[in-house]
Amino acid sequence: MAEFNVNLRDVGSVSVIDVKGYLDAHTAPELENIFNKLLVEKQFKVVVNFDELKYISSAGLGVFMAYVETMRENKGDIKFSNMKENVYNIFDLLGFPILYEFYKEEKEAVHKFSDQG
Amino acid sequence: MNSVNKIFEKELLVKSTTDNLAVIRDFIKSAANQSGFSEDSTGKIILAVDEACTNIIKHAYKYSPEGNILIKIKFNDPKFSISITDEGSHFDPNKVPEPDLREYYKQKRIGGLGMFLIKKLMDEVNYSTLSGNKNQVILVKYLSN
Repeated sequence: MAEFNVNLRDVGSVSVIDVKGYLDAHTAPELENIFNKLLVEKQFKVVVNFDELKYISSAGLGVFMAYVETMRENKGDIKFSNMKENVYNIFDLLGFPILYEFYKEEKEAVHKFSDQG
Repeated sequence: MNSVNKIFEKELLVKSTTDNLAVIRDFIKSAANQSGFSEDSTGKIILAVDEACTNIIKHAYKYSPEGNILIKIKFNDPKFSISITDEGSHFDPNKVPEPDLREYYKQKRIGGLGMFLIKKLMDEVNYSTLSGNKNQVILVKYLSN
């Protein structure tokens, strides 16, 4: 069984999602649930911390694509941080760096939201 | 430390459920290690096979958990070949357009990325229809690459 854990925490006005383990077609619905919860709570500023994510397939990438526009329409965004090289390479293959912001550290991603007001 | 074999064959038969994706990835990982692929290439092969099987579960079997997915690996140094066979609905890979991420983003479409990834990750990709209404995709990676 694929091990996957997702955790949600607040850093100021920003929601940080920690993803851990293997994000595939089996586990992607758990991440969708978190995004749905954020929409209900009208929390649109999101940083996803990939520090402990070992693996991602297109099913996982699709979750970010499905929610990013709604976040941006509400003056928020989905920003990425702490991504390992093997995971980043998959995002890169699909052209994500054109459309999403990637940061080395979670702090930078969170601060970016406060810079934007 | 795994020993490296020059020639071998292995197969795995699983039902079409998403929880089997982890089983499939472990199977591919051990075979790719046994063939002597680098960690980077092994990661690419694992992802390509995951994407192909995810497509079968979603599109060929439409999430019905009773379908069979048969995965056969043949390694004959340097050719690592994975055939994946299902008995679900047929689809024409030529009708799946290459995704344009900007368009996808606008339309909130979240499918279709898998096939694109498979092509990027593997050296050869061949889809075919077998007798008895079976669909087969053969993915190839060469060890030297």
